[in-house]
Amino acid sequence: MTDPSIQAVELTKCYNSFCALSGLNLRLEGAKCVGFLGPNGAGKTTALKMLTGMIRPTRGKALINGIDVQENKKAALSTCGALIETPEIYPALSVKEALMMVAEIRGVPSTVRKDAVMKAIAEVKMEEWIDTKCGKLSKGMKQRVNLAAALVSDPIIMLLDEPSSGLDPRGMAEVREIVKGLKKKDRLIFMSSHLLGEVTEICDEVAILDHGKLLAYDKLERLTSALAVGNTKECEASFSRDLGSDALKEIASIEGVTGLELVEPKRLILRLEGGNEAQERALAKIAGLGVGLIAFRPSSSALEETYLRLVKDSR
Amino acid sequence: MGGPGERTRGADATGRSIPGSASQLKTIAKYELMNYIRTRRFYVLLTITLIMSGLLTAVVALYQPAGFLSSPLGFYSSWWGMAATYILILSGIFFGGDAISGEFQNKTGYFLVVNPVKRSTIYAGKWVAAFIASLAIFSAFVAVTVANGAYYFGLDVPYQFGLSLAFSVLYLMSILGVTFFFSAIFKSASISILVTAILFLFAFSLTQTLVSNLAQMEPWFLITYGAEVIGNVLKDPYPTHIVTVQLGRVTFTTYNAPILNGVAIMAAYFVICAALGLVIFERRDFS
Ligand SMILES: Nc1ncnc2c1ncn2[C@@H]1O[C@H](COP(=O)(O)OP(=O)(O)OP(=O)(O)O)[C@@H](O)[C@H]1O
Ligand SMILES: [Mg+2]
Repeated sequence: MTDPSIQAVELTKCYNSFCALSGLNLRLEGAKCVGFLGPNGAGKTTALKMLTGMIRPTRGKALINGIDVQENKKAALSTCGALIETPEIYPALSVKEALMMVAEIRGVPSTVRKDAVMKAIAEVKMEEWIDTKCGKLSKGMKQRVNLAAALVSDPIIMLLDEPSSGLDPRGMAEVREIVKGLKKKDRLIFMSSHLLGEVTEICDEVAILDHGKLLAYDKLERLTSALAVGNTKECEASFSRDLGSDALKEIASIEGVTGLELVEPKRLILRLEGGNEAQERALAKIAGLGVGLIAFRPSSSALEETYLRLVKDSR
Repeated sequence: MGGPGERTRGADATGRSIPGSASQLKTIAKYELMNYIRTRRFYVLLTITLIMSGLLTAVVALYQPAGFLSSPLGFYSSWWGMAATYILILSGIFFGGDAISGEFQNKTGYFLVVNPVKRSTIYAGKWVAAFIASLAIFSAFVAVTVANGAYYFGLDVPYQFGLSLAFSVLYLMSILGVTFFFSAIFKSASISILVTAILFLFAFSLTQTLVSNLAQMEPWFLITYGAEVIGNVLKDPYPTHIVTVQLGRVTFTTYNAPILNGVAIMAAYFVICAALGLVIFERRDFS
């Protein structure tokens, strides 16, 4: 079994003398979700467009599963679903027809095509608009259809460029859930986003880009701990059930825990002091409390700090 | 061999593979056509065609012009000469004028092009769809023409009309070749439509007049000159290639493309423009 992979080798795109992306080297391999961060104009979309054959590199190569996208786009993208920026769909086609077209192009067999399309439509919660002409959809609805088009063939690799752009707050939350669901299915997802909360929640690794250059690429925890302020660190814990006040009190009394904030009944932000050891100890204690701990990760504000520092340094 | 969960390259999670380009072309043409024939454009063009046909029918029925009713060939020649090439040109502009530029400007290309499909397949699929949509419009005109012909002369359709039809289809192909080429060049959909409209409705015929009358040169490089075989083949006898008329001290020369030259000119426009347009589309950035 070959692991899914996305690779950029010295990938460069210049418009006249201005380089939107300069010499990007990045290799993503295996089933995971990688967040792609960077300020407006950093070159994220430019990189993703070269990975999907939408624009030609000035220099360097874009490879999907080891196949050069420039040389053999059809083979390279055969296992890849992508959503780049905010595509428009042929206005006179209905939602269902547009997705049937994509499914047919991508080789979903005719016997299961309709089911696959229905499933994709259900996944983005567009059942109500199934026969609506795409020209009549709102921006957010279109983006949902676009997301459905990217996932309709159940691809192993997904390239998503700000998938929740144009969506209302609930839509954003829904897309976050959809992408989270996509992750379970053993695939490699590369997703650009400005929503650090979304990235912390979904992604395992993060690549940060600015001015067309890669500033960092690492596991989320390592990236945030390497740049943690002193010995203090913010983490986020998720629980399978609501936390009672007793449980909160117990957690607060754990050594090294200097602050607590219950953001949702099942989500807790902790401030920890004492570096990795403190974190290790606290985590073991919380898990031992039997209050339903299911996840523990650096909080999004930790990522935000890291991000801001890296981006500021690069200016 | 692998166990469960084994995947091969070129196949997705369920192990299926991507269809061949011919089958993808068919898919794209099918949905593109579906989109075309539901747009306002299609109905506007159909209405224009039906109005032209209706007017012709009414005028011929009311005034019974001798040119139309003296012989079957005369009938088809006069009727055809009134509108056929205009309908072909309008269809070409309507369906081809922004076929490619629209994909860039309206961002519909972003939806299609990220799929595992060659750009040449998209280009050809769109071309086929535009061709079929234009043929549908043209068929309406042909149907009314033949119905009128049958009414006045029975089903005795002269063989020249069959030839003229074949040349019309070739002309349509070459027009779409040219309009696709221009739509691949320009970023703006409306500009590419405008340029092709100006070319076919004025520029080509103006150049032809200038070249043949003033420069006294055969306009062999003009698509509209080649397309004259569509009307000429309905004339009996077929017009001579070079006609010179002496008026006092001045000689006027008219050129009539022989059938083979006309066919060659149209075919060359189709092949060259379609190929150039494809090369440009393959290289253009979606940005
Ligand atoms: N066709 C083009 N011609 C000139 N410059 C371009 C072109 N396309 C993009 N750029 C420039 O390239 C840079 C990178 O753009 P890109 O869209 O990749 O940024 P991004 O990281 O996706 O930003 P955002 O977060 O705003 O989506 C920008 O400065 C942009 O102005
Ligand atoms: Mg972008």
